[in-house]
Amino acid sequence: MMGRSLYLKIISAVVVFGSWEIGGRSGVSFAFPPFSESMVAFWVLVADGTMFKAYAETLKPLVVGIIISGILGIILGIWIGLSEKFDWLISPIFIVMQSAPLAALIPLLIMAYGIGLTSKVFVVCIMAMPVIVLNTSAAVKNTPTNIKEMAKAYQAKYSDIIIKVILPASSPIIFAGLRLGVSAGFIGAILSELKITPTGVGDIISFSRSIADYPSMYAAIFSIILLAVLFLNILERTEKILFKGSNQGYVSD
Amino acid sequence: MNKENAVTVKNVYKNYGDVEALRDMSLNFPKGELTSLLGPSGCGKTTLLKIIAGLLPATSGEVIVNGEIVKDPGPDRAFVFQDFALLPWASVIRNVAFGLELRGVAKSERESIAQKYIGDVGLKGFENSFPHELSGGMRQRVGLARALSVDAQVLLMDEPFSAVDEQTRRKFQEDLLNLVKDQNKTFIFVTHSIEEAVYVSDQIALLLPRPSRVSEIIRPTSFKNKDVDSIRRDSEYLDIVDRIWKSLRSYVE
Amino acid sequence: MILFGYRLPAMSSLILWGLLWEIFGQLEVTYFIPSLSAIFITLIEIAPTPAFIKAISETAHAFIVGIFFAVFIGVPVGILMGKNRIIDELLLPWVNMFLSAPLTALVPVLMVLFGFGIKSIIIITTLFAIWIIVLNSRAGVMQINRSLVDMAKSFGAKPQDAFFKIYFWAALPEILGGIRIGFIRAVKGVIIGQLLISIVGFGALFELYSSNFLMKHFWCVIIVLFAMAFTLSEILAHLERKVSYYASKRG
Repeated sequence: MMGRSLYLKIISAVVVFGSWEIGGRSGVSFAFPPFSESMVAFWVLVADGTMFKAYAETLKPLVVGIIISGILGIILGIWIGLSEKFDWLISPIFIVMQSAPLAALIPLLIMAYGIGLTSKVFVVCIMAMPVIVLNTSAAVKNTPTNIKEMAKAYQAKYSDIIIKVILPASSPIIFAGLRLGVSAGFIGAILSELKITPTGVGDIISFSRSIADYPSMYAAIFSIILLAVLFLNILERTEKILFKGSNQGYVSD
Repeated sequence: MNKENAVTVKNVYKNYGDVEALRDMSLNFPKGELTSLLGPSGCGKTTLLKIIAGLLPATSGEVIVNGEIVKDPGPDRAFVFQDFALLPWASVIRNVAFGLELRGVAKSERESIAQKYIGDVGLKGFENSFPHELSGGMRQRVGLARALSVDAQVLLMDEPFSAVDEQTRRKFQEDLLNLVKDQNKTFIFVTHSIEEAVYVSDQIALLLPRPSRVSEIIRPTSFKNKDVDSIRRDSEYLDIVDRIWKSLRSYVE
Repeated sequence: MILFGYRLPAMSSLILWGLLWEIFGQLEVTYFIPSLSAIFITLIEIAPTPAFIKAISETAHAFIVGIFFAVFIGVPVGILMGKNRIIDELLLPWVNMFLSAPLTALVPVLMVLFGFGIKSIIIITTLFAIWIIVLNSRAGVMQINRSLVDMAKSFGAKPQDAFFKIYFWAALPEILGGIRIGFIRAVKGVIIGQLLISIVGFGALFELYSSNFLMKHFWCVIIVLFAMAFTLSEILAHLERKVSYYASKRG
């Protein structure tokens, strides 16, 4: 049945890209180039190195932001999960942030930190932090009581319970939180490009739009979506291999 | 009844807020014997077991194990859990050795001890399997091996066979009888199955609920030295089963 | 948390944070953070102004229309995917892809195709919300207790009866869960859309306030938006909990 599933995937890809091609050729809009032209533009951008230079710029705030919010978020999350007082104090902020349209803070960040890298890293951080913190704290809180009790029955020290029971039991969900954080961080990085200053991929998008080179614009947008989807897919697969047999993360958003 | 007691429970009370879970509970557990705590659900048998384990504090009264008052879990007691409480991310051998790991026993030493008990419970060849690859019965054998490997004087078993199928359960009961004979340890065994209690016990403490109290202590005599196959046809066995059912009947909702 | 034997409500620490904010603002440490009371006074001033009401109504309009499409396309497509294997296999890779894709990147495309108006914002709102609704509806239908379906069959239920009396209700908790997350995503989508297409709704207000450095005004908008988003998500979570028992015995 593996063959059948692959077969259907190819069919559905052909249908979607085919209708893009036909839609583009039939001239729905002058701003809707066919699939083939966008792909040609994509290869041109890759071949002359523009794409690589652009991504070096675009990914900078993403990488820095994810590292900062990953480390900070996991530490905060563990602390929230272990301490009821800290949970009461800190959790509500992240719960509100989780449901809030954080993008609204961008104009404020620009006013406060200018249009440089700092603002962009900040945007990635505020987007990625809530899901990392909340997943981590939920995972720590939801460590099955039976194995915590078992460790206690065998005279485990508190530090042993944290290191040998709570952290391994939470790691699948913490990792899933990190993946969702990366996913939100991508949105932050793109927003930075489009709203703060276009330095990388955003520059290709806005420049090609201004000269009405629509295939290049579509190619740039296609590339960032493709990159995000591929990277998140790799993370998800890594997760499945790493945590085979243990409970998987929740769908949380 | 001149036998020395391994565990003594003296006037133990346990309240949850206004709810009285245990009232003035006193019981003796003779050394080298298996005592069952039998009763309908809500009679506090698991609560009593967890108090003996040191996992729950008693509201008043005391539990004495080998001359010492219980405050915390200690190396003199090992617990077998109803839901096995295995670490899903750890192999069979690490799970079995986990009690020793928490005591700081060196890796090579604890693994050779674990190896021995894995063989004893009939899991040779599964050392590197993971819990999710095992059947329910095999998982409980891992839990049993873990309890045996710390070489505690008292084994506390909380409905250990209730999550395995009926055939496996019978096999476990037979194995348990042999274990009691060979190991010279004291077993405290919680169950809600009348037949199981009568089959495996040297002494049965019949508990009645609301508030929980010991209603009767029964010591089967005639079939204790018979071989495992003929116990279920012994007339004393059948009489005791019948008698217990008559006193429990009115407590079943 | 329990303090002096009294259990403090879950979100009550926000009051403490609000007080800290007020003190911080009163101390005038930074121009960017005015005191909370000053922000609320400004809010009372600007709430009745036409610009503010226009922003709110335009946002609400885009949000409601966007969500409408997301729910009324998403739920049927999801149920269909849950019941039909070929449709499922054809669509699932795309749904999964769009679920995790940074759809924000599509805003420039929508702008050139559909103009700098409310149409683009509605589309981005729908695009943000629809995929999780599809996926959850699908999961809801696929996880229906087999014996419930067999029960309906054994009593001779007609297909449409089975659908409206069993499938829909049994899948309802998941569907509502999807709709709740869809709503939260739609709030983000409608704001991101307006932020990038900055001549409509709150986008226009943001431009106006930030180009004139009207900090208090700016914070008003943010607090209103955050409060509305949070209230909406809590109401939906409450509704979801009320029907969670429909999904009997589904671990």
